[in-house]
Amino acid sequence: MEQYCEREGNCLRVRVPKELDHHEAGRLKLEADMMIDAYHVKTLIFDFGETEFMDSSGIGVLIGRSKKMGYYGGEVYAQNLNGRVQKIFRVSGLHALIQTDMPKGE
Amino acid sequence: MMQSKNEMKLSFDARSVNEGFARVAVAAFITELNPTLDEVADVKTAVSEAVTNAIIHGYDDPCEKVELVCRIEGNQVEIAVTDTGKGIPDVAKAMEPFYTTKPELERSGMGFAFIEAFMDEVQVTSEVDRGTRVWMRKRIGAQEG
Ligand SMILES: Nc1ncnc2c1ncn2[C@@H]1O[C@H](COP(=O)(O)OP(=O)(O)OP(=O)(O)O)[C@@H](O)[C@H]1O
Ligand SMILES: [Mg+2]
Repeated sequence: MEQYCEREGNCLRVRVPKELDHHEAGRLKLEADMMIDAYHVKTLIFDFGETEFMDSSGIGVLIGRSKKMGYYGGEVYAQNLNGRVQKIFRVSGLHALIQTDMPKGE
Repeated sequence: MMQSKNEMKLSFDARSVNEGFARVAVAAFITELNPTLDEVADVKTAVSEAVTNAIIHGYDDPCEKVELVCRIEGNQVEIAVTDTGKGIPDVAKAMEPFYTTKPELERSGMGFAFIEAFMDEVQVTSEVDRGTRVWMRKRIGAQEG
């Protein structure tokens, strides 16, 4: 049973935990990569609906999965970002790399 | 505003489980300053970055200790995170955005950039094979003016 991932066909939804830091990142990466490889995932969605905290470790997780999906010609989205996670995306420039549902402009 | 003065010190193993502990401890300690949610989140992120760096880059052995001192003075919070590990040969270079010595671990080189973005003042002192100290300060209540 997966802890973070939910799959429908070749779409994978990753439910990002409440706090995405270095401690949490390792397990999440392992599970997501295993699912991406096993099910030929074409669409990867990071769902931040539950997420209250993310630091640079989260940036690494997202950039790493985006690169991986790029090799497969797949797409990556980030959804349901709260204000804090939006701030982290803006400061790091991640919003320019990954499609999000956050409002455009600074 | 009430003038407060208070200080605490933590010493903990260089294990990733303590990253969350350090953040929560500092957040709880600074509540007497009545920070906004955004200010708390800024401080938590900066603490997380400094502590994670000590654990990932400073040490190989998780039994080594990370030390955190948090001091409240007036409406300012000062935090120092210290390790006695490997040290940084070129601090200016290490602080450049996107610079990382561990790309194989999917580090993005954003840690120091976050600390600088979220705190008012940052000083990093380091010596190879002696360790690293990250000192940072933030004024709480600056957003209300
Ligand atoms: N406590 C430390 N001990 C030794 N080296 C450190 C320490 N902190 C930072 N460094 C060095 O500085 C570099 C930059 O740190 P920074 O936090 O900005 O990026 P990172 O940790 O590599 O990546 P990220 O924080 O985005 O995951 C690190 O790659 C490492 O070489
Ligand atoms: Mg770092």
